[in-house]
Amino acid sequence: MLLFDIVLPGLVLGGMYALIALGLTLQYGVARVMNLSYGESLVAAAFGAVSLYGGLGLSPLVALLLAVPLAAVLNWLLYRLLLERLMRRGKDSGAQEIDSILVTFGVLFVIQGIMLVAFGGQYYSYSYLSIPIVVLGSTLAVNRLIALTFVAVIGVAVYLALTRTRIGTAVRAIAVDANAARLVGIDVSALSGLAFACGGGLVAAGGVLVSMFLTFNASMGVIFTMKALVVVIMGGVGNVLGALFAGLMLGVVETAVARLVDPGLTLAATYALFLGVLLIRPTGLFGRAPS
Amino acid sequence: MLLANRRTLLRIASVVALVLALGTLATAADAQDKIRIGYAISKTGPYAGGASITTLPNYQLWVKDVNAAGGIKLGDKRLPVEVVEYDDRSSSEEAVKAIERLANQDKVDFIFAPWGTGLNLAVGPTLNRLGYPHLAVTSVTDKAPELAKRWSNATFWLGTSAQISEALAELLGKLKSEGKIGGTIAMVSVADQFGIELSAAGREAFKKAGFTLVYDKTYPLGSQDIQPLLKDAMATNPDAFIAFSYPPDTIALTEQAQLLKFNPKIFYVGVGTAFPLYKGKFAANSDGVMGIGGWNADSSALKDYLARHKAATGQEPDRWASPITYASLQVLQQAIERVGKIDRAAIAAEIRSGTFDTIIGKVKLKDGLLQEVWCVGQWQNGEFYGLAPTSMAGAHAPVVPKPQWQ
Repeated sequence: MLLFDIVLPGLVLGGMYALIALGLTLQYGVARVMNLSYGESLVAAAFGAVSLYGGLGLSPLVALLLAVPLAAVLNWLLYRLLLERLMRRGKDSGAQEIDSILVTFGVLFVIQGIMLVAFGGQYYSYSYLSIPIVVLGSTLAVNRLIALTFVAVIGVAVYLALTRTRIGTAVRAIAVDANAARLVGIDVSALSGLAFACGGGLVAAGGVLVSMFLTFNASMGVIFTMKALVVVIMGGVGNVLGALFAGLMLGVVETAVARLVDPGLTLAATYALFLGVLLIRPTGLFGRAPS
Repeated sequence: MLLANRRTLLRIASVVALVLALGTLATAADAQDKIRIGYAISKTGPYAGGASITTLPNYQLWVKDVNAAGGIKLGDKRLPVEVVEYDDRSSSEEAVKAIERLANQDKVDFIFAPWGTGLNLAVGPTLNRLGYPHLAVTSVTDKAPELAKRWSNATFWLGTSAQISEALAELLGKLKSEGKIGGTIAMVSVADQFGIELSAAGREAFKKAGFTLVYDKTYPLGSQDIQPLLKDAMATNPDAFIAFSYPPDTIALTEQAQLLKFNPKIFYVGVGTAFPLYKGKFAANSDGVMGIGGWNADSSALKDYLARHKAATGQEPDRWASPITYASLQVLQQAIERVGKIDRAAIAAEIRSGTFDTIIGKVKLKDGLLQEVWCVGQWQNGEFYGLAPTSMAGAHAPVVPKPQWQ
C-alpha cells in the first residue's frame, strides 16, 4: 500500500535525521555551544566504526560501546580546556554563541585535517546488516531500522533524564538562564560540560550508526552539520522531543515528495518546510516564545 | 602550567615557520637543475573524494616512477622532477588563485590539471593565458571539442557526455537486436551538470536506438535516501536501469537495489562503479553490474600499472580515469623529451599532434581530444572490463542478463 510505503521509509529516513541532530540539541540547545565541528565529529566516529569493522571485524553495534564513552570524554575535555573559558567570558548568550562558533570553526579544521591525514580523501563504505525486512508490505533495510530504534530509545531516554531527574532539571535551568541558575546554586560550568559531553556521545552514536548505510569521506562533515542544524532549529533549540519530531517529519515529507511529486524536489521540500515552520513558529515547533 | 604550555606552543610554531621559510628558500635556489611541476588538487571539500582516488595517486605514482628512472630527459641530461602541491579546497576561485601562484610565484615549469569537469573548466582560461599545457583528464563535457578549438594548450581525455551516452545506447541497441533485452529503460540522474548532460544525450540516443524511457527522473546532489526513486523505477519493470550518478549515490543505488531485489537485465550505475571501493563493498554482488568506464584488464601494461599503483599508493586505481590520468602524464613526458627544452607552446603542440606509447596503448589525440575512451564497463569475476565502444581493442562481451543478487 502506497501510504505505508511512504510513511515507513519516511520514518526510517527521518529517524536518521533525528539521530544526527540529537547530539546538537544537547550541545547547542543546552550547553549553548554552537558546535560547527559537529559534523566532523560525526564523520570521525564513522571512521572509527569503519576501522574497527575492517581491522578487527568488530560489529558497529559493539563499536558503539567503545565510541560513545570515548567521544563523551573527548568532548568533555574540549569543553573544559577550550570552551568553558569562552562561556565564562561571554557577557550574554549572543556573545557566547559567536565565540563558540569561531572556536569550533577552528576545531572543525583540526578534526578534518587529522582525518585527511589518517584516511585520505576517498570514500568509505562497508556493508553491515544490509538485509531486507518487510514491514507492512514495505521493504526496509535492517541497519536503517536499527538506527531508527536507537534514536527512539535514546531520544526518549534523554528526554526523561532532562525532565524527570534533578540533574536534568538543573541542566534545563542553565539552558533557560545561566546567570539565574548560578544564583540558585547550580554548578553551571560542570553541568554544561556534562551536557556537552553527553551531546558528544550522541554524535558518536549517530556517526557509528549512519556509517552502516551511508558512504562518506573526510570532507562530508558539513553536510551533517547543516542537516542537524535544520532539524534542531525546526524542532526548537534545546528540545529533544522537538528534534525527534522535526527529524521524522522531514523524513516523511521528503519521501512523500519523492514518491508523489518528483524526486528532484526533495531538497526544495526540506527547505520549504523549514521556512514554513520558522514563519509560523520562529522559535521552532516545540520552542518556547522568548520571555 | 597553561601559560607555560602556550609559550612552548608559540616557540614550536615559530620554529616550524622558520624551517618552512628556509625550505622554500632552499628550493628556489637550486631550481635550474630540476623540472618543477605544480598542481592544485582538491584535498578537502566535496571533490576530495574523486581527486584522491583518481588524480592525486597517479600524480604521485608518476613522479615516483619518473624520478626512479632518473628523471625527464632534457637534451643530454636527465632532470629529476620536483613537486609543488596546493589544496584548492574544491573551490574554483582557490584553484585559479593557486594556478596563478604556481606560475608567477613558484615559477613551476608545468602545471597539472585539477580534478573534475567544473574545476578544469574554471582554470582553463587561466592556463591558456599563462601558456601552460592543460591536460584536462577528468572532465566530461559536450563543450570539449569547442574548448579544444578555443584553447590550443588544452586537451581532453575522457570523451564527451554524448560519446558516453551514445556508446551505451549502441551497446543496448545491439543487445536488443540480438533479442537479449526488451525495449524499456528506466533512467535516473543526479541534478548537476554531469547528470544533466549525460541524461540529455542519453534521452536522444536511446530514442534513436528504439528504446522507450518508462521512467526518467533527476534527484538532488547529496540525497541521503534514494529508495523512493528506486521503488518507482522498479514499478515500471524496465529491461535496463541506467543511473548517471555520483559515487555515494552509486553505492546507495546498488545497495537498495539488492534490498528491494530489483534485478533488471541491465543494471548500469554512474561514477564510482569503477572504483576499487565498489568491488570491495559488494564483492560477488558486483558481478554483472555495468557502469561508466572500464579498462582492458588483460593488457600486460595495465596489469603492471595496477601492481605499481598498489605498491606506491597502497590502493588500487579506479578502472576509468586513473589509467588515462597516468597515460596523460606519460604523454607529457614524451612530449617534453621530444621538444628537448622547456618550450611550453611547442610541447602543447606536440601533445596534440604526436603519437605516444602509454600504458593504455598508442595514444594519438584528434583535435585535442582522446577518441578511444571506454564508456561502458562491466564487473566480471572481480575485474571491470571495458565493453563499449565495441570497436575498441580488448572489448569484452557483455554478460546479459545480469546474474541475480546474492
